[in-house]
Amino acid sequence: MRRCVNAAAVAVAARTGEAPVVANSLRGRVAIAGIGESPYYRRGESPDPEFVLALRAILAACEDAGIDPRQIDGFASYADDRNDPARLAAALGLADLRFSNMQWGAGGAGGSGAVANAAAAVATGLASCVVVFRALAQGQYGRFGSAPKTSRVSGEAALTFPYGVFSPAQTFAMRGQRLLHERGVSREALRAVALASYHHAQRNPRAVMRGRPLTPEAYDSSRWIVEPLRLFDCCLETDGAAALVLVPAERARDLAQPPVHLLAAAIGAAYRDTAPAHNAVEYASACFRTLAPRLFEAAGLSPADVDVVQSYENFTPGVVMALVEHGLCEWEEVNDFFRVENLIAPDGRLPLNTSGGNLAEAYTHGFELQVEAVRQVRGTSTSQVPNAKVALVTSGPMIAPTSSMLVGTAEAVA
Amino acid sequence: MTVTGTYLPAGLPAPAPRRDGLDGPYWDAARRHELVCQRCSACGGFQWGPEWICHDCLSFDVGWQPVAPHGRIFSWERAWHPVHPVLREACPYVVVLVELPHAGGVRMIGNLIGEPRQQITIGAPVDALFEDHDDVDPPYTLIQWRTSDDPR
Repeated sequence: MRRCVNAAAVAVAARTGEAPVVANSLRGRVAIAGIGESPYYRRGESPDPEFVLALRAILAACEDAGIDPRQIDGFASYADDRNDPARLAAALGLADLRFSNMQWGAGGAGGSGAVANAAAAVATGLASCVVVFRALAQGQYGRFGSAPKTSRVSGEAALTFPYGVFSPAQTFAMRGQRLLHERGVSREALRAVALASYHHAQRNPRAVMRGRPLTPEAYDSSRWIVEPLRLFDCCLETDGAAALVLVPAERARDLAQPPVHLLAAAIGAAYRDTAPAHNAVEYASACFRTLAPRLFEAAGLSPADVDVVQSYENFTPGVVMALVEHGLCEWEEVNDFFRVENLIAPDGRLPLNTSGGNLAEAYTHGFELQVEAVRQVRGTSTSQVPNAKVALVTSGPMIAPTSSMLVGTAEAVA
Repeated sequence: MTVTGTYLPAGLPAPAPRRDGLDGPYWDAARRHELVCQRCSACGGFQWGPEWICHDCLSFDVGWQPVAPHGRIFSWERAWHPVHPVLREACPYVVVLVELPHAGGVRMIGNLIGEPRQQITIGAPVDALFEDHDDVDPPYTLIQWRTSDDPR
């Protein structure tokens, strides 16, 4: 018999003949027991190949959790990570690989989705110790910001590449421009996102942009990459890897770190968000519109409960849209809300990207944001928000399916 | 209208129709200097980019319809950083996302022909141009856009 946590919904469904609305039941059942990262390098400076970076992050996460790496029984990743579980399981001598999962599509937008998938496996007993990770060495495998070396393209690429639209920046600048037009978002709002990231990176010894503070003047005079995006609106290209270890919540209590609980994780793409060749109906959107209400409902929380947010910044306009679509600010107050003093720890209204994130820490396709959310809930960030109990991660604005997750202290699930 | 020369230099990836035939009618029409778009034969809805099924009514009977070569700028960008070696001397260049009111508001990507530093206005009317690439094998035609003289 189908197990459902919401008997009333099933009863309604039985009457109406519609599929039951089953509450997302991850809340409090899965804990993040360990976090790990490779060192972060500027693109091309890693002495290690990408697979070794993945191994280093995974082993660091196990050590952090106080778990023997041989206890890993599952892997989840996203964005077509090249370091597949078969190779990892052999390399690590795993006894019983039970879960091998890839979140399909949408690049970095899958980061929290990979956590959702892993958590679902842990919550249902498919596996009991799942590592979620992303390793990305752009020095070894090529820059995201370069056109692929090909003489012919077909499908969706045939509708964009011949016009000089290749890179992620060129793909997403078009949405950013429409956002500025439709919503009257100011340049200063975009700048505040970059300034907050660089501010936090100065305190973070892992950040590749530590020691390179950003001023408003330097942002304003930075070169255009593709209007309306300046250099500092764009994420880094780096070499690195990051990992989490997920276990059942009850098991986490006996491990090395205070457990950080998964409150909810959700994946989403609204109607025609994924329509090809720039035909999404709601174009000036980060694509979290249907996901965010589900996320907060599953967690039993509201946006006002979020103490700190790690929001995937491929490009700064996406962060503005992501925060609005998660209910953290209203369109009408965007230009007032997105001021650097509101976005920085410890005292800002809503500290944002407190490790430096994709703009200034490293670009592990966003997974350093998941790691930083756990640090905030543990109280160990280099830009700590006092008494942070609930941290939000939003993965992948402007490309769907997106995903988001909420993590919190034991108190947050009590 | 036909363009003389090409907006971007030779050497960028050439478009090739999909091997499964989905978008062949679009590329064939462009060679004839005709703008076409998918239109569902069952419900009449327009659709872009091409797909095998109508997203509105789920009919597989999706056909192609000629569309008046006029649109409006829905969004735009000006590329300054060359991401491809042949673009090193070609920046900046302008890309527009054009909304086609005569095709249910679907959008198509193209370059905005003209002075690359020109001021660009969202909502401005544009007309299609057909940019032939005849000296490559196989030849192809890109649909480009220019600001309309006709204040529709």
